[in-house]
Amino acid sequence: MTTMTAMTTPARPRLGAFTAESTFISRSFIHSVRDVEALLMAVVLPTMLMLMFTWIFGNAIDPSGGYVDYVVPGIILLCAGFGASSTAISVSRDMTTGIIDRFRTMPIRSGAVLTGHVVASLARNLVATAVVIAVALLVGFRPVATPLEWLAVVGVVALYILAITYLFAAIGLAASTPEAASGFGFILLFLPYVSSAFVPVETMPEWLQWIAENQPITPVIETIRALLMGTPLGDSAWWAIGWCLGIIAVSMVWGAWLFLRKAGRR
Amino acid sequence: MTFAIDARGLRKRFGRTEVLSGLDLAVPAGTVFALLGPNGAGKTTTINILTTLVRADSGTALVAGHDVVADAEGVKERIGLTGQSAAVDEVLTGTENLVMMARLSGLGRRAARDRAAELLERFDLVEAAGRRVGTYSGGMRRRLDLALSLIVAPAVLFLDEPTTGLDTRSRQELWSVIRSLAGAGTTVFLTTQYLEEADRLADRIAVLDRGRVAAEGTADELKARIGGDVVELRDADGELLLELPTDGSVHGLRAAIDELDHAPAAAAAGVAVSIRRPSLDDVFLAITARGAASASPELLEAK
Repeated sequence: MTTMTAMTTPARPRLGAFTAESTFISRSFIHSVRDVEALLMAVVLPTMLMLMFTWIFGNAIDPSGGYVDYVVPGIILLCAGFGASSTAISVSRDMTTGIIDRFRTMPIRSGAVLTGHVVASLARNLVATAVVIAVALLVGFRPVATPLEWLAVVGVVALYILAITYLFAAIGLAASTPEAASGFGFILLFLPYVSSAFVPVETMPEWLQWIAENQPITPVIETIRALLMGTPLGDSAWWAIGWCLGIIAVSMVWGAWLFLRKAGRR
Repeated sequence: MTFAIDARGLRKRFGRTEVLSGLDLAVPAGTVFALLGPNGAGKTTTINILTTLVRADSGTALVAGHDVVADAEGVKERIGLTGQSAAVDEVLTGTENLVMMARLSGLGRRAARDRAAELLERFDLVEAAGRRVGTYSGGMRRRLDLALSLIVAPAVLFLDEPTTGLDTRSRQELWSVIRSLAGAGTTVFLTTQYLEEADRLADRIAVLDRGRVAAEGTADELKARIGGDVVELRDADGELLLELPTDGSVHGLRAAIDELDHAPAAAAAGVAVSIRRPSLDDVFLAITARGAASASPELLEAK
């Protein structure tokens, strides 16, 4: 009994360096564009929230009419959160249908499928953010940022989107069903409310102040606010970058572990 | 003889249940091999180990000459897998699914599109090519799923219950595709719970029972193992009333017919007696029943 030691059948051709990544990125782009409802929600919901906060609550919170300038940085982050949360659902859907097993039995880095989701989420959310800022400008948002500061805002927002997307991707891997993934994601979307996004932290009860001041979203918002409105920056930028990089690192390690552990265990 | 799959002593335990307890398999290259077994016998686990998705607790397996653990990449380059749940992207169209998989298989853009068009033609999906797969019927999904596994002809194709949930027509279409693949030199390893499927399709069959191979051989060899012909009694409408297995000897046959004399059903008007070769169903029941009888003392000892 001999086993085929020298196989005559040709193996598959080897892949180019980033062929798998670029293939999965375009797959996720197609997914994003075809999921019209999710795309609309990612733009419409934050816009509605912004209009609600400026027109309905705005005058009560700040009778001088300047609330729109205060709230827009928070709305931008809220918008990124909504958009990124759908990553959890798409990742979970991939993991619970058989398609991930097909990718895993091919000679490719199957983690590239996650890269596809993350890149698509980044692009999707940057577009949604641009729309939200455009609407904000229409309703009276008057930032004082220089072009360089605008560039920095884009950078910080992109970093935040990446962080929250990686986190949502890991949640998608951990969840047993797409529905569960969506549920976990919803909890995370409440974080911006317990931060300086909508009201100054000083107005909250003391115990809540501690949470609001020490959670990742506050420094990100303060950084964006400082860049756009010229409020004092302090050490917010460092905290923001640190938090985002930390979240990305933890999510990637957690995600990689989940990805391997779930192999063939559907 | 060269083997496309050579597995020895595979064991796998999930928590407290031992799914595979020393599985041995040798599948000759270029043949269709069916792994037959009831639900929960370990069929999918076997496929998962052979396709590198899951690592066995012990034992070795070579697929297309490459070790599934030490050289998983070498295995992945030479296999195709069509799993139990159709592994297709529902949001993409049929063409997009095929082009994506072709790109991932190392084909250039142009070659990927050409290959997709070829496979759509071959699997009768040309009309549905531009539609999202979410709108496909079960049979169409399976065909697409199979097409996705064949972008680059694999040396070994794994099919996990390929026809479960399909209607008769789709099933027969799939059978003819599988047969032509084997004719072209691909080794096909399939699991099934349908005895007819194994009988019609497979060159060799292994019956999996409680995590190990209880019997292995061609369909005829397996049928011969349980002895001789079966005497059947049917009523005027062709409804089966009674089945009596024999040991294949003249004496055995006579004993079975004698037994019919005492069966009240045989006295009714219009009943007909016939003699047939044993079916794979008979084999399957005989093997798994014997397994149950011999396994129970072992279980007691283990406690």
